[in-house]
Amino acid sequence: MAASTGMRMYDVIIVGAGPAGLCAALYSSRSRLSTLVLEKARPGGQASTTEWLENYPGFPKGVKGPELMEFFAAQAREFGAEIVKDEVVSVHFSPERKAVRTAKGGEYAAKTVVLCPGAEPRTLGLPGERELRGKGVSYCATCDGDFFTDLDIVVIGNGDAAVEEGMYLTRFVESATIIVVHDEGVLDATAIIRDRAFKNSKIKWIWNSVVDEICGDGIVKSVIIRNIKTNERTEFETNGVFIFVGTVPKTDFLRGAVEMDERGYVATNERMETSVDGVYCAGDARAKYLHQVITAAADGAIAAVAAEKYIHEEEGFREMVLEPASPVMVCFWSPASRESLDFMASVERIAEARAGALVLVKIDVYRNRRIAGRYGIKSLPTLAFFRGGQIVHKVEWPTTEEEVVAAAEKVVGRR
Amino acid sequence: MIQVDKVNFEEEVLQAEGPVLVDFWSPNCEPCMALLPDIEALEKKYGDRIKFCKLNVVGNRRLAISQKVLGLPTICIYKNGEKAAGLTGEEASAVGIEAMVREHV
Ligand SMILES: Cc1cc2nc3c(=O)[nH]c(=O)nc-3n(C[C@H](O)[C@H](O)[C@H](O)COP(=O)(O)OP(=O)(O)OC[C@H]3O[C@@H](n4cnc5c(N)ncnc54)[C@H](O)[C@@H]3O)c2cc1C
Repeated sequence: MAASTGMRMYDVIIVGAGPAGLCAALYSSRSRLSTLVLEKARPGGQASTTEWLENYPGFPKGVKGPELMEFFAAQAREFGAEIVKDEVVSVHFSPERKAVRTAKGGEYAAKTVVLCPGAEPRTLGLPGERELRGKGVSYCATCDGDFFTDLDIVVIGNGDAAVEEGMYLTRFVESATIIVVHDEGVLDATAIIRDRAFKNSKIKWIWNSVVDEICGDGIVKSVIIRNIKTNERTEFETNGVFIFVGTVPKTDFLRGAVEMDERGYVATNERMETSVDGVYCAGDARAKYLHQVITAAADGAIAAVAAEKYIHEEEGFREMVLEPASPVMVCFWSPASRESLDFMASVERIAEARAGALVLVKIDVYRNRRIAGRYGIKSLPTLAFFRGGQIVHKVEWPTTEEEVVAAAEKVVGRR
Repeated sequence: MIQVDKVNFEEEVLQAEGPVLVDFWSPNCEPCMALLPDIEALEKKYGDRIKFCKLNVVGNRRLAISQKVLGLPTICIYKNGEKAAGLTGEEASAVGIEAMVREHV
C-alpha cells in the first residue's frame, strides 16, 4: 500500500447505502465524524425496490420504498456525510488503519468501518432459472411488473415478501398463481397479509407443490409443478415467474476478513462489533432474528455510536498513554471493584511523589473493555507501566503500597 | 443517448450501420436508474465507436417483448439487425457492461 501516504483518513467508512448504511451515516456525521459512504448502485438498497412499506413507523398510511430511502439519504447528507458511487471489492484491516479498495481502482482509509452490504434475492438453481432470467424470470416486482400487463404469472414463495409482491403484481397481470409448499390455507406470511391475499380475486393458489423446472425458448412458456404429496408432475403454462424465497447476504468480498457463519452472515455482538476491532456490521448482512428496514436502521445507529466511542477511546489512550515520552502508570480499575477503589489513594500518593517523572492515567475497565482486554487485564486493580508505547512492567492485584512503589522505582528510579 | 421507441427502433437500431447498445429501462426500476450514470459515462468513452440508445419499456412493452426482453435492467448490443449480446439483472453492472462493449467495438 505505497499510495497510502498523504491519503485522507476518514473517521468512518460505511460500505453500502441501504437503510443500515444511511442510518449509520446519519448518526456518525451528526456526531461530527468525517463520514464516507461507498454505494455501488443508488442509495436505498432493497427497500427502494419495493413499492410500499406498511410497517415503517411514522407513516400511518404507508410510505413508498424509494421515497423513504430518498429521505434517509437526504438526512445523512444534511449532516455532511459524503456518498460516493463505487463498489468495494476488498478490505484490509489493521489496528491503526482500515482500508478498502473499489472497482474503479480507488483506495480509501478510515479509523473505523461499518459494513452494510445487505442482501440480494436467493436464487433456487432450478433448470431454466438462469437462462430465462430477464426473459420472464424475475426477482423484482417493481422493476418488471409492467411487462406482464394482462398476462399470467406464477409466484414462488409464500412469506411476507412473496405474497405482498404478488398482490402488487395483480395491478398489472391477469392472474398471479402462488405456488405454496404447505397444506391448503397455510402460509409463512403473517395473518394480515394472508387475509388480504385470500380476498384478492386475481390471486390463485396451488398447494402442496413446488416448481421443478422453468421452461421456455428465449422467453418463459411454462413451469413444471410437482405435488409433493403425490409426486405428480404437471406442466403449467405461464408468461412469467417471480421468485421471492428469501435473501442471501452480499458478503463474499469480506471472506477471511471478518468472522461469518456458514451462510455468509457476519457475526456481531449487540454493539454490532465484528471479530475485528473497529469494524462493525449492520443490517441484513448480519446474523440476526429479523431482517427489516427498521432493524437495519437501528443496527446502523448502534454501529455508528459504537464506532464513535471506539475512536474516542483509542485516541484518548494513544494521546495519554502511548504517545508521551515520559513513563505512564496506568491504573486499571472499576467502580464495581472494592479493592480497586480502596487502593486508589495509594496509587495517587505514589504518582504525586513522582510528579514530573511519572504520569498517572486511570482506566475504568467497564467503559474501556476492549483496551483492558488487549492488555490481558484480569484482576483489579492492575498497575501497568508504559514507556514509549510499550508495557515495561505490570503489577497485578497488589495488596500493599510497597509492591507498587518497588515497581515504580524500577521504572523511574529511586526518589 | 438516443431515445428509441416503437416508431424509430427499426431505423435507429435494426437498420443501423455498426454496433448499437440499447439500454432497456423504466422509471419504476430502481436498479435501472442507478445504472444510468454508468452508461452515460460509457457513452463518453466509447460513443464514437458504438451508438448508445435507451428504450423506456413503459409504452413500448410489445416492442421489448418482441426483443425477448422481459426483465430490467437489460442492456443489449445489436449488430446488423441482430442481437449480438446482452446482460440482465445483477450481471448488468458497470464493469460487466464495459467488458461487453469492449468485445464489440
Ligand atoms: C421485495 C422486498 C420487499 C420488502 N418489504 C419490506 C417491508 O415491507 N418492510 C420492511 O421493513 N422490510 C422489507 N424488506 C426488507 C428490507 O428491504 C431490508 O431488510 C433492508 O433493506 C435491509 O437494509 P440493509 O441496509 O441492511 O441492506 P440493503 O437494503 O440490501 O442495502 C445494501 C446496499 O449496499 C450496497 N452494496 C452491497 N455490497 C456493496 C459493495 N461491496 N460496495 C458498495 N456497495 C455495496 C447495495 O448496492 C445496497 O444498496 C423487503 C425486501 C424485499 C427484497
